[in-house]
Amino acid sequence: MIPRTIAASLLATAIVVAAYLALAWQPAVDPITPPDRASFDPALVRQGEKLAALGNCNVCHTAPGGKIFAGGRALTTPFGTIYSTNITPDPEIGMGAWSEAAFRRSMREGVDRAGRHLYPAFPYDHFTLVTAEDDEALYAFLMTREPVRTAIPANQLPFPYNMRILLAGWKLLFLQRGPYHPDQAQSEEWNRGAYLVEGLAHCGACHTPRNGLGAEKTRERFAGGESEGWTAYALNAQSPAPVPWDADQLYDYLRNGWQAVHGVPRGPMAAVIDDLGSADDADLRAIATYLASMIGEPAPQRRRQGDAALAQARRGTEGASTTGSIDLMRQRAATEPDNENGLGAKVYRSACAECHERGRPLPFGGLRLALSTAIEGPNPRNIINVVLAGLPAAPGGEPSPMMPGFSGALSDEQLTALLAYLRARFSDKPQWTDIAKEVRDAGTGARPVIAYPSHGIGAAPADVRERMSPW
Amino acid sequence: MVKLTINGQQHEVTADPDTPLLYVLRDELALNGAKFGCGLGQCGACTVMVDGKAVFSCVTPILLLEGRQVTTVEGLGTHDNPGPMQRAFIAEQAAQCGYCIAGMMMRAQALLQDNPAVSDADIRAALQPNLCRCGTHMRILRAVRRAARLMQTADAGSASKNQ
Repeated sequence: MIPRTIAASLLATAIVVAAYLALAWQPAVDPITPPDRASFDPALVRQGEKLAALGNCNVCHTAPGGKIFAGGRALTTPFGTIYSTNITPDPEIGMGAWSEAAFRRSMREGVDRAGRHLYPAFPYDHFTLVTAEDDEALYAFLMTREPVRTAIPANQLPFPYNMRILLAGWKLLFLQRGPYHPDQAQSEEWNRGAYLVEGLAHCGACHTPRNGLGAEKTRERFAGGESEGWTAYALNAQSPAPVPWDADQLYDYLRNGWQAVHGVPRGPMAAVIDDLGSADDADLRAIATYLASMIGEPAPQRRRQGDAALAQARRGTEGASTTGSIDLMRQRAATEPDNENGLGAKVYRSACAECHERGRPLPFGGLRLALSTAIEGPNPRNIINVVLAGLPAAPGGEPSPMMPGFSGALSDEQLTALLAYLRARFSDKPQWTDIAKEVRDAGTGARPVIAYPSHGIGAAPADVRERMSPW
Repeated sequence: MVKLTINGQQHEVTADPDTPLLYVLRDELALNGAKFGCGLGQCGACTVMVDGKAVFSCVTPILLLEGRQVTTVEGLGTHDNPGPMQRAFIAEQAAQCGYCIAGMMMRAQALLQDNPAVSDADIRAALQPNLCRCGTHMRILRAVRRAARLMQTADAGSASKNQ
């Protein structure tokens, strides 16, 4: 006879398992025949297009060189590789058989039409805030795209991460369902920005650090995260930008894809900026307003540091067209002999200064490195990525910021010395501790460097744009 | 004085250490295969190999190159004894004006030396930094595929003597 305590614990386990299964089970939503494209209101489709751009759906749901929204892009996560799904209206591979209700459920609960739990690489923890009206517009837009049939590779997730049923538990722990509740103390614009940033635009997916189970740490919102080997900088009071961001600068950056005292986006952010080109001005203003409030008013000391960085950058500009720059270097060599006579300084002077101190304005000239957020950042990864891979030109011959990659030209030793020099010269922060290892990992592929093409420039300065006409 | 090893030969050059390799190759060493295109590392006409990797010689100061192996298109073979990459480009008549071709060959050489069994997509992706304005892209692709075949057979000839 089984002792009573064992029987009781078996029963309890069975109840818990049954309760979990009941919680985890999600019904399929009946498939539909793909709706006629003409049945969607064109105004709604256009609205959905703008929303899809704000949501950057195409970035994850398009494979490199593949058809837009056809999925198959490999998303590397700490748990394994997940391949994005096809969200074209193909009835078998894509969403053709999805009703609007099925689409809305996926956005709000992270469950696909067939009732399978979706991995939170699809950021439904943000999309749950999206209103029914916006979901309707997104649905109308996606269902009127060209259906594409492509095979999506199977996810490469080891046990237990390949068990989708566990995602129900993840959601129980980490998914806070919407809708967005406006903050009555804030302006309408701020609330619009919050709705977009926290919802569809899912900025926190990269800019907020994640816990061991891959969920955003809600207490460290916008404290900086990472994406595909790129560091996403903090967008709160810890923002490492040398010049503190304000709402106008953020709007500038998001609208035009470059900002005179902050530089240009690269890595996954270049793809984000590319999409924002089709977003409404008012929405970008709202996003900038909300993000500026997250970053907050800079403390007096922070502002002084910003002014100092600007002054250092301007000094460089004045000397750029003459030998003044070299004189400055000689001065520094006299005052800081160790840093200014070392290998890193030599590499900087010979390989970097020509563009970064020449005085050609952004977006096509190099940023003054006194203004570089990357050099103030928590680790040297973004600079390593940019130095090795450069800023590859935007597709289609569109004018874009550019930088040649120096992979192959720089040895590990030279790159390590360069990074140490840049940090010592341009930042007041302590030296990075792990430069040599970071450089080695990028070289061996232990940390893959994924280069993104530069974003196209919609609004370059007039004097630069004029050069775009044939000579 | 900077010591450079180019196509297996030692050179001591008097140019300033900040000087881009391209100028030293063309102006001091009469190695005119690598071409000046944009001077910004954006067109690939100046491509050479450093330790087997393709680099833009127009933005690579020579001070980075001491103790390293530089290979230019002249190092892939000679007029009388062209290497497989060169033979492939000749066989496919891949040059029109030819200005980009030395750079194309060097980037393709770096790719195939690393792995001659590459796919067409690999070739296209690798050659992306190199521009051709005449439009012989399809011939260039054919030439690289032909070179890959040559390099996978015993017919590799004299090509990689410097690598």
